[in-house]
Amino acid sequence: MERIEKVVRQARAAFNSGRSRSLEFRIQQLKALERMVKEKEKEILAALHADLHKGGPNAYSHEILGVLAELALTMEKLPSWAAPQPVKKNLMTMRDEAYINFEPLGVVLIIGAWNYPFVLVMHPLIGAIAAGNAVVVKPSEVSENTAQLVADLLPQYLDRELYPVVTGGAPETTELLTQRFDHILYTGNSGVGKIVMAAAAKHLTPVTLELGGKNPCYIDKDCDLAVTCRRITWGKYTNCGQICIAPDYILCDPSIQSQVVENIKATLLEFYGEDVKSSPDYERIVNKRHFKRVVGLLEGQKIAHGGESDEASCFIAPTILTDVSPDSKVMEEEIFGPVLPIVTVKSVEEAIEFINRREKPLALYVFSNNKKLIRRVISETSSGGMTANDVLMHMMVPDLPFGGVGHSGMGAYHGRCSFETFSHRRTCLIRDLKLDVLNKMRYPPLSQERLDVTKFVFLKHCSDWRVGQFLSALLGAVKAVMAKIFSP
Amino acid sequence: MERIEKVVRQARAAFNSGRSRSLEFRIQQLKALERMVKEKEKEILAALHADLHKGGPNAYSHEILGVLAELALTMEKLPSWAAPQPVKKNLMTMRDEAYINFEPLGVVLIIGAWNYPFVLVMHPLIGAIAAGNAVVVKPSEVSENTAQLVADLLPQYLDQELYPVVTGGVPETTELLTQRFDHILYTGNTAVGKIVMAAAAKHLTPVTLELGGKSPCYIDKDCDLAVACRRITWGKYMNCGQTCIAPDYILCDPSIQSQVVENIKATLLVRRESLMLWELSPLQRRSEFLELWLLAGVLSTLFLLSPTILTDVSPDSKVMEEEIFGPVLPIVTVKSVEEAIEFINHREKPLALYVFSNNKKLIKRVISETSSGGVTGNDVIMHFFLSTLPFGGVGHSGMGAYHGKHSFETFSHRRACLIKDLKMEGTNKMRYPPVSQKKVDWTKFILLKRFNRGRIGLAVLALLGVVAAVMMKNHQSVLKRKALLVVLAVQRLGWPSGW
Repeated sequence: MERIEKVVRQARAAFNSGRSRSLEFRIQQLKALERMVKEKEKEILAALHADLHKGGPNAYSHEILGVLAELALTMEKLPSWAAPQPVKKNLMTMRDEAYINFEPLGVVLIIGAWNYPFVLVMHPLIGAIAAGNAVVVKPSEVSENTAQLVADLLPQYLDRELYPVVTGGAPETTELLTQRFDHILYTGNSGVGKIVMAAAAKHLTPVTLELGGKNPCYIDKDCDLAVTCRRITWGKYTNCGQICIAPDYILCDPSIQSQVVENIKATLLEFYGEDVKSSPDYERIVNKRHFKRVVGLLEGQKIAHGGESDEASCFIAPTILTDVSPDSKVMEEEIFGPVLPIVTVKSVEEAIEFINRREKPLALYVFSNNKKLIRRVISETSSGGMTANDVLMHMMVPDLPFGGVGHSGMGAYHGRCSFETFSHRRTCLIRDLKLDVLNKMRYPPLSQERLDVTKFVFLKHCSDWRVGQFLSALLGAVKAVMAKIFSP
Repeated sequence: MERIEKVVRQARAAFNSGRSRSLEFRIQQLKALERMVKEKEKEILAALHADLHKGGPNAYSHEILGVLAELALTMEKLPSWAAPQPVKKNLMTMRDEAYINFEPLGVVLIIGAWNYPFVLVMHPLIGAIAAGNAVVVKPSEVSENTAQLVADLLPQYLDQELYPVVTGGVPETTELLTQRFDHILYTGNTAVGKIVMAAAAKHLTPVTLELGGKSPCYIDKDCDLAVACRRITWGKYMNCGQTCIAPDYILCDPSIQSQVVENIKATLLVRRESLMLWELSPLQRRSEFLELWLLAGVLSTLFLLSPTILTDVSPDSKVMEEEIFGPVLPIVTVKSVEEAIEFINHREKPLALYVFSNNKKLIKRVISETSSGGVTGNDVIMHFFLSTLPFGGVGHSGMGAYHGKHSFETFSHRRACLIKDLKMEGTNKMRYPPVSQKKVDWTKFILLKRFNRGRIGLAVLALLGVVAAVMMKNHQSVLKRKALLVVLAVQRLGWPSGW
């Protein structure tokens, strides 16, 4: 515990030295990270396999590729993201420099999760480094091999004092949360999210919480069911259902329920073959505790497909439940496993009402050929993000902010959004000491006359803005010329 | 207390009815607010005078003008702010619609402060209404006349269920904070800010905290002292120093300290309504005055304190510990800008920071080596008045920001939306199991090649995409595969592509 306090203190001293601030330094660290990912690819894949039974190609596409893409994007764009952003000025500030300066916050804490243990630590780390901060990294202890690997590798490639790794479980995390940070990004569940925010409140530390929820997936009668079900199957059973934005449950009309089941079954056969257990592409539940939890959700349910499990290997077969009751256990909490309940609804109105009665999810999915219906679902519901006619994909667009709302989280990151999340947007207005006569209006003694001029400047500017803009520009030019001619 | 729970429940039901969402409704409510401010100007000014002894013209410029300007700006810009924001796409999403949708959060809580009791409730309210939310307004009970007026007026002009006002003190605020909101904006001090955030954590409610701090004001030797001191005097003593972004204390070289004092005195004497100027020497009188202003800082209503300057102040003295929020201006001497920067950085990040110098390089240096919510160079307060600049703190001076478009975004949820269609399923083959090295190589190629971009390649790619789509439409299944192959083959050839 003393060690944790020391590590944070060192990170702060390292940040205060100023060396993490220059763009050159930040890009140099990001390049080192890139080298690390490329040189240690084998070790990273081995750790992911040990933790989650992720096959090589799967692990590569899901965890390594995304990180390399984010690194390349960030290194390319950083100079433009970090540049001061000039803002539109008004009549009063015509002669001034007005801009938003992006500045590091200080020492950032990143708490990773176990389902994508590498990318969920790396992605935020990239943004935090890019923004010029020191970063304390706390990988999830549940994915212990990846956690240990991250703890071994980062000090070999990055500045050791600026980017320390702290490993451990609940006691270590609790201790970490008593320390003071300038931003905390936590990925995990809502219960712990509240604990993180409460701890952050003690220091007035802003937080980004990437939480979860039950992501609904509405299938309209008017859609290509084969394609729809293939896409849903892919998003649901990848990583054994352990994705924060996996479609959690399906809502559809009772008349298409059995077709949906048949299509998913057909796709499962395509993907994993007859014997799912022996497919190298099918992962496992992360540990016994979650295994038991997910298996427990099957109790009393109508299993249309799957249901087999093996505790020794934490294997749960891809499972579909039909005619699920909204009040059953499997419809209470986020499933985070390869179990797909289907709840029947008679109309899109009923689907929307169903969704709105529950907490706002991290993701929402709609499948329909009818774009109007899709827009209607969007406008009458809320969720962190959404994809129509596919699943997961909104996460792959770097310029879309990735984050939740309500119980599914607050704040967002990815790409430029990461950079901004880990930066302070400082308002800057640089004036000069000339032409103070123009300020006469604001100085006491205030008279009605002075007030009328202020009123004119403030409000006339807003209502006839085009004329006002032109006049302001003219006035500004005149003032500037006068200043030049009459300055000492 | 039951009443508070009922009010919040009603606001949520009103929000769930959906009526606050249409742009027409929002603009109609903002127009009503505008009418209220114009029709009830006399009453508003009277309340401000009763609460803070603010003179008519002062109160008008500080509290009413800003509100009218914000209303006008918001009503004009709302359609463009609220429009979905398309984002740049990559190769995988080329045929899709990708955009950020700005959506209301739900029920927002605004807790006002007593120093600018009208504007600090109205400004956030405007943004929250513009973003389509229901809003519970809790004005500060310390400025009780304005609080009562707001409670009387809002229901006369706005939708009564969507925008209720809750008055009261600590018990009522505590009760309010147990309720669930979708965003809380609090203006006030750091200590209560922590309480608000802790309460919000129980419901995972995001917060915007507009807090305070000791806003330093560095005066360089190289500057026009008369102008600098006139501006500082204006910003420091307006509203009797009770402005969150007032320059709290001065840092300057000892050699210019007495000139600074003289210049401030000269500026103050122009103010006909000022009483006397006290320049205190180190000992006794300083301490009794400090007692007085400490009290005044808390009660803020009845005492008329004279503008005060303190010289040769020790960094460890009480006046240098907490935010002064009164008409007392300590001067701490420093021998260089390095010492000033170090002094500032030893303390919590302030809400505002001021530097006066003819040397722009020095100003930029101070900016780059310190942190604060905002900065104005060669003036004070003014960064507050440009609505395109986000207004907010950092560290102990706050989190989040608002004003203008930033208000709208603070009170909105930025929802990521990707609309695809069910065609061209062939292009998804790469991602489906059984996974092979070949599939991974393709994905790698497409994801990473994006960063050797060329504009021409982008245009060609777009053209190819169009060609492929047209071909597909006209010749459906037969040419579908061929079109795909054309696109993919071009990629394979390493054409300098967009992605």
